Amino acid sequence: MLNPDEEKIFQDKVDNEIKIEPKDWMPEQYRKTLIRQMSQHAHSEIVGMLPEGNWITRAPSLKRKAILIAKVQDEAGHGLYLYSGAETLNITREEMIDQLLSGKAKYSSIFNYPTITWADIGAIGWLVDGAAIMNQIPLCRCSYGPYARAMIRICKEESFHQRQGFEILLTLSKGTQAQRNMAQDAINRWWWPSIMMFGPNDDASPHSAQSIAWKIKRFSNDELRQKFIDMCAEQIKILGFTLPDEKLTWNPQRNHYDFGEINWAEFWNVVNGNGPCNKERMAARIKAHEEGAWVREAASAFAEKRKSGSQKVA
Amino acid sequence: MNNEWPLWEVFIRSKQGLDHKHAGSLHAADAQMAIENARDVYTRRMEGVSIWVVESKYIHASNPEDASSLYDPANDKAYRHPTFYNLPDELKQM
Repeated sequence: MLNPDEEKIFQDKVDNEIKIEPKDWMPEQYRKTLIRQMSQHAHSEIVGMLPEGNWITRAPSLKRKAILIAKVQDEAGHGLYLYSGAETLNITREEMIDQLLSGKAKYSSIFNYPTITWADIGAIGWLVDGAAIMNQIPLCRCSYGPYARAMIRICKEESFHQRQGFEILLTLSKGTQAQRNMAQDAINRWWWPSIMMFGPNDDASPHSAQSIAWKIKRFSNDELRQKFIDMCAEQIKILGFTLPDEKLTWNPQRNHYDFGEINWAEFWNVVNGNGPCNKERMAARIKAHEEGAWVREAASAFAEKRKSGSQKVA
Repeated sequence: MNNEWPLWEVFIRSKQGLDHKHAGSLHAADAQMAIENARDVYTRRMEGVSIWVVESKYIHASNPEDASSLYDPANDKAYRHPTFYNLPDELKQM
């Protein structure tokens, strides 16, 4: 029910950069929005382990393998930070997992694309982690305490992910023609999906205004997307490759890069379940959950047994 | 209610001399697993010399709505702050 004093106190805190903590009064819609955003962010981290996990057994060297394992482990940890943060809003881990596995909750649609070559691992690190970082740095200042703190932890760990990806592409750029072609092809496939990660255009994003008023969102989708494109357009010069956009040109009047039309039909198609790997990703998660059930049950049973004293502690 | 493991809060001392800070929460079947999971999730970059885990249900917390009345007695006792006292500038080391 609407409580005007509580609402005013809440908004005053937000306006004055005072964090909202779990037991503070908050509008029901604020709570729901954060539960959805944080849990879907967590799901994205966990599902995001799959496209890169795919190449762990085929990394070209032991060093690359160790680095990729570390990155994928980090993503698991990031998912766990975010699930924990979401649980402070009164939703259980079990409910969130159910929502993911039943298809009720979404995850970032970038992870519905396949990793076809080793160069894709480089492109993902540079572009996908790069876009994620651009989104996540402002979230470190989000109004909800647990989300902001999780994001600070995540951002500290994320920068190695992006550097690792760029370095893979840099190494390939100095290799054989076949390696250079492989890298350019990966960039061609990952570029447009990466800039779609920032979400629909501002005028097609009805909830953005409320999220900005509540300081869940600090910058608009288009602002962050433009910043990302400007950054990548410069960074790619070091690689000696091109971004697959003929309309990409520096505009001195705007002081930004102009870029081509995004294929929003593709974006919505993938979000709605028809991307190349949607079914595969969900199947992998469902399988992991079902095949891991005996581990969860055994651990609980063992803990019970130890508690009741019928077994000596080793 | 099925097998959902209980929720634990994790506190980490990152360096000798510092106190334990709340790092977040996790699910584990018992205390030993909670500590191992806390090490895996919260100290991957050597950020901890000591880990405490407490089942969340054992944390007792003050009610944020009581914040003003709970702390009210402290607000008007300005004499607890060093700046309350006017002392001559010639006085050193105080």
